[in-house]
Amino acid sequence: MTEVLTNSGLQLVLVLMVAPLLSGMIKTLKARLQTRRGPGILQSYRDIFKLLRKGMVIPETASWIFSATPYVVFGTATLVGLMIPMTTTHAPFSLFGGVLAVVYLLALGRFFLALGGLDTGSSFGGLGSSREMTISAIAEPAMMLAIFTVALGANSTNLSEMAKVAVGQSWRFLAPSQMLAFAALFIVLIAETGRIPVDNPATHLELTMIHEAMVLEYSGPYLALIEWGASIKQLVLMTLLVNTFFPFGLSSNWTAQTVGVGLVFYLAKLLMLACMIVLVETTNAKLRLFRVPELLMVAFILGALALISTFLF
Amino acid sequence: MNAFPVSAAFALSLAAYFAGAVTSLASWGKPSMARNICCGAAFAGGAMGGLAAVLGIFRGTPVHWSVRSGIPLFAYSFSYDALSGFFNLILAILTIAVSIYSLGYLEEFEGRRNIGIFGFLFHLLLLSLTIVFTAANAFLFLIGWEVMALASYGLVAFYHEQRESRQAGLLYLIMAHADVGCLLLGFALLIQGSGSAEFASFHTAAAHLSSGRQSAAFVLFFLGFGIKAGVIPFHIWLPAAHPVAPSNMSALLSGIVIKTGIYGMTRIFLDSLGGVPSWAGLAVLIVGVVSAVLGVLYALMEHDLKRLLAYHSIENIGIILMGLGAALIFRVAGHPLLAGVALIAAMFHTLNHAIFKCLLFLGAGSVLHSTGTRNMEEMGGLIRPMPVTAFCFLIGAVAISGLPPLNGFVSEWLTYQSLLAGFGATGGLTRILFPLAGSMLALTGALAAACFVKAFAITFLALPRGAEASQAHEAPRSMLVGMGSLTIACVALGLGVTWFLPVFNAMTEQLLGQRVVPNLVTGSGFVLSAGTPHGGTVSTAIIAVGLLVLALPAALLVSRATKQFGRKRGPVWDCGLPGLSEENEYTATGFSKALRMIFYVLYKPRREIQAVFDVSPYFPKEIRFESEIEPTFEKWLYAPLQEFIFRVSSRMRTIQAGSIHAYLAYIFVTLVLLLLFGVRR
Repeated sequence: MTEVLTNSGLQLVLVLMVAPLLSGMIKTLKARLQTRRGPGILQSYRDIFKLLRKGMVIPETASWIFSATPYVVFGTATLVGLMIPMTTTHAPFSLFGGVLAVVYLLALGRFFLALGGLDTGSSFGGLGSSREMTISAIAEPAMMLAIFTVALGANSTNLSEMAKVAVGQSWRFLAPSQMLAFAALFIVLIAETGRIPVDNPATHLELTMIHEAMVLEYSGPYLALIEWGASIKQLVLMTLLVNTFFPFGLSSNWTAQTVGVGLVFYLAKLLMLACMIVLVETTNAKLRLFRVPELLMVAFILGALALISTFLF
Repeated sequence: MNAFPVSAAFALSLAAYFAGAVTSLASWGKPSMARNICCGAAFAGGAMGGLAAVLGIFRGTPVHWSVRSGIPLFAYSFSYDALSGFFNLILAILTIAVSIYSLGYLEEFEGRRNIGIFGFLFHLLLLSLTIVFTAANAFLFLIGWEVMALASYGLVAFYHEQRESRQAGLLYLIMAHADVGCLLLGFALLIQGSGSAEFASFHTAAAHLSSGRQSAAFVLFFLGFGIKAGVIPFHIWLPAAHPVAPSNMSALLSGIVIKTGIYGMTRIFLDSLGGVPSWAGLAVLIVGVVSAVLGVLYALMEHDLKRLLAYHSIENIGIILMGLGAALIFRVAGHPLLAGVALIAAMFHTLNHAIFKCLLFLGAGSVLHSTGTRNMEEMGGLIRPMPVTAFCFLIGAVAISGLPPLNGFVSEWLTYQSLLAGFGATGGLTRILFPLAGSMLALTGALAAACFVKAFAITFLALPRGAEASQAHEAPRSMLVGMGSLTIACVALGLGVTWFLPVFNAMTEQLLGQRVVPNLVTGSGFVLSAGTPHGGTVSTAIIAVGLLVLALPAALLVSRATKQFGRKRGPVWDCGLPGLSEENEYTATGFSKALRMIFYVLYKPRREIQAVFDVSPYFPKEIRFESEIEPTFEKWLYAPLQEFIFRVSSRMRTIQAGSIHAYLAYIFVTLVLLLLFGVRR
């Protein structure tokens, strides 16, 4: 019991603390690659801290949905963070929800975020909500196919079980099915976390924005919760990628030592994936909105190929 | 356990419906009395039916009643087993909620509509549904089926002064008879094999059917029940018929009447027909996938709130069929345990869909009651005048989108798990189909979420878009209680699923010879498992508690900041042009524009814009915008079919010249032919 509680507490702290760090790291890396100095890796902490110490302006047109949304977004993202193995294969909440619950809980957060966008009556909110729901809808089948490929290999949708099976065969990522599934999930990751070439997290131009348009009317602590939640969601999806495909450093024992070693490996793996994302973001231009489905179709086909190749090899 | 309590409760519920039908009709001229009798009798019948269902399900062994009639092959035989009990349970839950709701809803009928006739049709529908779910004789079943179709027709065409209702009613009647024709032929095949019309006799007879006849029987039953369930491509009547009925009846039509198709399939394919051909399960699965995806894609394009909900019924029937198809495949492949999980997924989704769809239609009914329009583009901001309705509708919307921790998520989760299990349990190309079907279920779920963001937000959030919406008022209390009870059911079935599952024990034992539920519950009763040792697990109760616990510190953080730094209301950002109005809001059509463009191959959208300019083309005085999508099935399947039927009937007219001598000759020739046929046998 104490082990479960310590594990939960530890992972909760990890989720809450590493998520903004990761966002900051990506921003700084991106700036460096574009030969800018960048804001520094601690900037996301500063942003959240600053927003938590500001007053709020709630739109006159908004109802209680607008106020409930930040809690749902933050709550779902954090809960999902407890279901996913990070430093060892023991995710504290993995019994209470596997990969399907993770995907659907994130969808619950998105559902409310889209409602929050429409609740203000502003055209920007509606525009963002419409685009967000559209893109996530066509990203979903690709994501599920790729996840199924991994889940079928492990014979389980339970994330700890999946991680355990992965640990047993660390070099499995070299199999064609795994590489294809990784590619598919990587594209989905880009779409789901709102990165170039699908969405631009740094823009406030109505022609291009998706996530930023939805949250345009949020301010102060509510905005802090939403931004924090979004960074946790990004962390969760990236963790899903690094730990299911590259289970290095994951141990199936839970002791202080394995957690420590696991943490070092985990952060290193996240850094590598962050570098990949930064590389993609810097070398690509944002796609026109109606070209995004084509990209996601590519992900879907990669997922289908991954599935077929598990069948063949 | 004694069979008496089940029999008594069942008989009482039938009696209540019968009495309700007669007395409603009798109190023709006294609207207020008719209303009370109609709702009271329905409530009593529902309560008794629910009692009978619970007793029948947990009794373990089926109860039979049979009264012989003088007519060959026909007997008044009823059988109350676990499957009947389960569908009667769904019926009872909906009946209770709808009867409470109707007490307020029918008030506006007083003086305008004939409540006597309405009550008669309503009770006739409930009576026939009960008969359909318990009949153990093919002809009794068909009589119940036919009465159900006629009662539904009366309710669909209830607003008969409107052309739309009459047309929808006619279409419904035609399709209902196409389906009864298929069923009649299907039963004829079985009766020919067994020499009796009792369901119990089919079981042994079906085993001796040649594979050709078995396939023919499967196809006929699948067509017949599929038309009733509204699977694509036989769905065209559903989005026409369900929206035009009074809203409390739309709730029943979408909630339970189309489920008779699911009941029939389960009864015939898993029980009576014994074994189905091996491709049958695959056919059901594929039809399910197509219905689910196309159903939700068409729903997205609707801005008529009730039509949107009707299309979602097609989608959810598709999801149910995915589970049912998987169950059939597993049974043929010899995996009763997996078949049990898939069957439970399908049946649980049937129950869940009945509850949240009923809830959503009742919610739409309140909105319609209050604003007088079904067009979402004229609504908006209703969450302020109608807070309770809005909350109930929101819960229904979250549940139907399959989002945790509500009931829709649980049944979709079970469907996913059985589809994933299919990959390991089957061989060949079928293996690949399972995860692909799973990914299509994911697409369906995500599109449904998009659709319900639209439905809820455009109807209830932001500023009112029309005069009616700005003068809306909350529904009367009885309507709120009706919706509230279903809302509670959505939450309870979602969080307490592991305590509800034992309901399925008797059903899986009877149909598949195995208790499955003990494999599905682990973690001291809180955790739902996929049934395999290391398979997936989920706990909606813990998820709900976890969400609350994690949102709590966030709420504390916000409230502290609010206390210190303030929180005020301000105008929405209007790009510097003063006066944001409802005209700036996103519309339902606008919201689905992106998907309309992405799936243009399917929709083939057509739009027409006419603008009237005064001086400059940049400042139009007036804009008329028209947009529609191509009704693919109507245009390419039903229009040619209709043309063909008209052509054939105009040819046939030549033999009906109106001469009595010719008609007598026809009768004579027919008689001779029949005699010859009889002699030959």
